[in-house]
Amino acid sequence: MDFFNTLILLLDSTVRLSVPLLLAALAGLYSERSGVFDIGLEGKMLAGAFAAGAAAAVTASAWAGLGAAIMVSVFLALVHGFASITHRGNQIVSGVAINFIAAGSTIILGQAWFRQGGRTPSLPADGRFGAIELPFADAVRDVPILGPIYAELLSGHSLLVYAAFLLVPFTWWVLFRTRFGLRLRAVGENPAAVDTAGISVSWLRYRAVICTGILTGMAGSYLALAQNAGFVKDMTAGRGFIALAALIFAKWKPVPVMFACLLFGFLDAFAIRIQGTPLPLIGQVPVQFMQALPYILTVVLLAGFIGKAIPPRAGGVPYVKER
Amino acid sequence: MSAPYAKLPAWADYGLIPLINLCVAFLVAGLVVMLVGENPFRAAAILVEGALGRGQNIAYTLYYATSFIFTGLAVAVAFHCSLFNIGGEGQAYVGGLGVAVVCLAFDSILPWWVVFPLAVAGAALFGAAWAFIPAYFQARRGSHIVITTIMFNFIAASLMVYLLVNVLKPATSQAPQTRTFLEGGQLPKLNFVLEALGFSVRSAPFNLSFLLALLAAFLVWVLIWRTRLGYEIRMRGFSPKAARYAGVSDTKIVIVAMLISGALAGMMALNPVMGDQNRLQIDFVTGAGFVGIAVALMGRSHPAGIVPAAILFGMLYQGGAELAFEMPNISRDMIVIIQGLVILFAGALEHMFRPSVQAAIATLSPRAVGAEARQGEGG
Repeated sequence: MDFFNTLILLLDSTVRLSVPLLLAALAGLYSERSGVFDIGLEGKMLAGAFAAGAAAAVTASAWAGLGAAIMVSVFLALVHGFASITHRGNQIVSGVAINFIAAGSTIILGQAWFRQGGRTPSLPADGRFGAIELPFADAVRDVPILGPIYAELLSGHSLLVYAAFLLVPFTWWVLFRTRFGLRLRAVGENPAAVDTAGISVSWLRYRAVICTGILTGMAGSYLALAQNAGFVKDMTAGRGFIALAALIFAKWKPVPVMFACLLFGFLDAFAIRIQGTPLPLIGQVPVQFMQALPYILTVVLLAGFIGKAIPPRAGGVPYVKER
Repeated sequence: MSAPYAKLPAWADYGLIPLINLCVAFLVAGLVVMLVGENPFRAAAILVEGALGRGQNIAYTLYYATSFIFTGLAVAVAFHCSLFNIGGEGQAYVGGLGVAVVCLAFDSILPWWVVFPLAVAGAALFGAAWAFIPAYFQARRGSHIVITTIMFNFIAASLMVYLLVNVLKPATSQAPQTRTFLEGGQLPKLNFVLEALGFSVRSAPFNLSFLLALLAAFLVWVLIWRTRLGYEIRMRGFSPKAARYAGVSDTKIVIVAMLISGALAGMMALNPVMGDQNRLQIDFVTGAGFVGIAVALMGRSHPAGIVPAAILFGMLYQGGAELAFEMPNISRDMIVIIQGLVILFAGALEHMFRPSVQAAIATLSPRAVGAEARQGEGG
């Protein structure tokens, strides 16, 4: 029973840790499926987290925080779009630039506005997305096995957690069952064909990067308003890149993206849990190895040792209309 | 990095457009300064004064610039092969391990001038080794080098923390760093050069690796524009298909270009590790690998552009430190914003002002554009 309880706690923190990855990876999915590579997920998420923390601190409303986060990261997404769609600049370079601009300006503005060493003030309960208890969670808590699963694992997360997991089937539906989704995927594979059909490649790609902005804004809000009570400097700590890794790991498909994020979240939760305790058979695993594992797995995958990750064919290539 | 745009006179292409891009980047940075309630002109004045005002400051500026020359060259060599090496940060970090291993092994038995070439080799070897795996996967397995080098930055960070905490840290010490190198592992300072020019330098970490950086810049120029290998690298950069048709092995050229790039990034570690701190510390690279991207873009991947661009970023780093003293609202992170803006305007948006510049030049002197275009086709 003790083992079972530990497992539930471990899975519970897996869910919490994988949500920002999931939101960011789904964000990247829209953009990259439309043929716009985005390594600026990290920066947009960070800027979103800062905007969420700052707006929620000023207005004491979590929803205002979420709105501000989405606005700021959509703005950065549009900058990326302006550079890589309108001006046909290098998408990688533009993503790198956005990461730096976000990293620097969140610290500078945070220090200038709140004077707490780059963090935003601690948020009151109203300024955060609190835990939502699912109905009957307390009543079934004592039922063996299923009780703890329902009461601990499924219930008691914030709104954004449920939203993130609902966005997985939604994204699948948008991509594979709507006209917009069909065109979005087509523009990532063969923009010339889409253009020939009389559909604007630029406008489609712009809409895709706007979706990316909205989702990275949500990912940032989750970090600042649900997981923590406010923004802390450099709080994304590389999660945008792990999300990118998860996206590649899942071969740019929504449902596998969820499992990849859960896997990386589990690795993280597991690393925190086993810190300092030796494992059977293997002995003591260094924390650093566990931290590096998502990156190592991604490299191994990219090298084609676990299946093959084939990116959208037109990814990274600016579209030039023939003249 | 090819530009499918109309030809411009060379002075506009290599002088005017980068200058316009840089000015716009600083203009936007000025807006950020205004947003935090400070006067951008006063900030700029403090920054320049802090970077060049006294001998001491110049020495620091050149110390930072040394690191950026190495990382800028590293990014540039890969750019010429149309590879984007974002892994300079990790390669430099692992390169530091090479420097430390050499210094720890020989610092008590050999003088610095024997240890130095060994340390250069160690840094280059370790940096190149760290670039080799992504290069190999790109060349043979087709995995995107941008993603793998990003991943390798994180893996390098974890690996180095592990090594410093568990292997390299002396048993008696708490801090995760190696022991301090003895005299054999310390590079001589170059402050006397500045003093000979009439500046007074109390103590600054400006050291011999600056000269090595200048030498590396010259050698990169020779390599890229005056050797067969450089020609093949550039050919692969312009058109992989043409290179293959001309009999250049794609695998070989990708791996070689990345090895050179990684070696240059690794050599950056000499400057802080052997030249200044005289020990290997956690996070000693502090973003220099990423600054290299901005430096290479600003310097148009040419050593003659990279050296001044690196010195400019050295000024920003040193002047930024002074600025943080004078204006408490502006911390050193302002540099990170400027760096991002330079990458954005000189890199991703490099063509934004091209049409208007071209129109302006065409109006002022139609012959310049037309004549150059014909010449360009010939060359």
